[in-house]
Amino acid sequence: MVGYRRYSVGTVAVYAGTSVAAVLFLIPFYLLVRNGLATDQEITAPGWRFLPEKLHWENISELFNDPAVPFARSMLNSVVVAVLHTLGTLLVCSLAGYGLARIPYRHANKVFYGVLITLMIPSAVTFVPSFVLVSSLGWVSDLRGLIIPGLFSGFTTFLFRQYFLGFPKELEEAARVDGLGYWGAYWRIVVPNSLNFTAAIAVITFISGWNAFLWPLVIGQDQESWTVQVALSSFLTAQTVNLHELFIASAIAILPLVIVFVVLQRWLVQGVAQTGIKG
Amino acid sequence: MARSAARGHAWTFWLFVGPFMAGLALFVYVPILWSLVLSFHEAQNTVTPTVFVGFDNYRQMLSDGPFRESLVTFTIFALFIVPLTFACSLGLAVVVHRLRFARAFFRSVFFIPTACSYVVASLIWRMSIFNGVRFGLANVLLGLFDHEPIAWLIQSDPPLYWIPIVTVRLWLQLGFYMILFLAALQQIPGELYEAAYIDGASPGWTTFRHITLPQLRSTSVAVVLLTIIAAYQAFDEFYNLIHKDLNLARTPLLQLYNIALGNQQDYGRGSAGAMILSLLIVLVTLLQGKLLGFGKPAD
Repeated sequence: MVGYRRYSVGTVAVYAGTSVAAVLFLIPFYLLVRNGLATDQEITAPGWRFLPEKLHWENISELFNDPAVPFARSMLNSVVVAVLHTLGTLLVCSLAGYGLARIPYRHANKVFYGVLITLMIPSAVTFVPSFVLVSSLGWVSDLRGLIIPGLFSGFTTFLFRQYFLGFPKELEEAARVDGLGYWGAYWRIVVPNSLNFTAAIAVITFISGWNAFLWPLVIGQDQESWTVQVALSSFLTAQTVNLHELFIASAIAILPLVIVFVVLQRWLVQGVAQTGIKG
Repeated sequence: MARSAARGHAWTFWLFVGPFMAGLALFVYVPILWSLVLSFHEAQNTVTPTVFVGFDNYRQMLSDGPFRESLVTFTIFALFIVPLTFACSLGLAVVVHRLRFARAFFRSVFFIPTACSYVVASLIWRMSIFNGVRFGLANVLLGLFDHEPIAWLIQSDPPLYWIPIVTVRLWLQLGFYMILFLAALQQIPGELYEAAYIDGASPGWTTFRHITLPQLRSTSVAVVLLTIIAAYQAFDEFYNLIHKDLNLARTPLLQLYNIALGNQQDYGRGSAGAMILSLLIVLVTLLQGKLLGFGKPAD
């Protein structure tokens, strides 16, 4: 009896504590919506109101129609960059991972060491060297400079290789006996049977592409090539944009990823648990 | 026969791996080698080496204030963020793991800040929660206790700017590490706990200390290393939270950004800085591999 009571009191305490933590974690999202749908006077008013008197949905059209703020363009750039970044990375790294895992080539191990060695240095640390190269290619303020250098991820290739090492060999061998060769077996058998893993990697790659900041900041030197993160940062540091536009712009900027999180959470959790390192 | 089969494999191998290796060569190997050359030259406003200066760039980077200060800033930051992230994400994982009802809901709530970028989170922290004027949320709360508003991100004494800097990263990354711990907790066989209860242990601290923690060892090591490496590359929140003219806390990457892409456009010294940072992280990686005994090639 005593044990039962202690258990239930403990459970109540755990739920109370967890709920308090949950509320704390949700406050920043609440602030985005509250301030994004308010007027500047309401945001800066001394007394705290839980929500503005009236929700100003027209802030959204004001933001997109404000000629001083290149927000729509930056959203478009981010969509293009994140989508091509994801598709390109998956294609290049999955092919390479499969080749390294499966094809019996004499120097395959040496090539693999050449990949492993790049894992020791995070790419952010070498942004100056990368910028030097990209600027000499003439890709500064250019979507090519934003997308292409990021496609060749040693880490993603490493993950694909590890995954393909565990892929059931019998499936491929049957296909190769049927005359498909490695190339045919890869496209007809391996890729269709690896969709779960690929989806997990895709979600994580898309998130890191959408949220990337340092590299787009370095490359996006004129407004035309700003991604949404660079645009928000420059509104923030310039402080010429009014507050409600700043907040509604941020809310819109995180919307695609919030949707990804809600809809694709299964693959995302799997991806995080499998990869650990990115994110 | 065997020889031609091998040649056939070579062709197929490069069909798969060639595009990736070509990109890796062009966008990783070449830049690093080029920068290595630049770091021994004077190269201001130009990416072609001009005058050979030997180790001057390195000497300047290591002796003059800003870059060395940034290594100190990183160390202070890591001393806050690594233990806090570890303790809080483990705590969240243990609690969420114990929940019977609404577990998926709470897991999602703690995980969803990962969707937010550092830029957006910094914007919320700087313009709303830790806004230095009266309407900032933290100052509204202080106002309830008749406390004067605090200029969180501007004043250096006392260095309260660390509170927004550390909390913004905690909010963004706790859910991510919680997921790693949750995955590991699910792997612990339930029989271990049952055996302990039969031996008279009561659920709580004792079993946590003697069963849960040892079983989480490899995940714990991974989390500590990942948070250190992430802190080493910190840039976004420092850039966006603190006004760029205020020299309160600048991380190594932020200093490199100022040197190479600020007014000076000094690619020689910027390259030297990149080489120093790369060397440091390689040393740490090798050392930790030695200490933890997984220095052998992963296979």
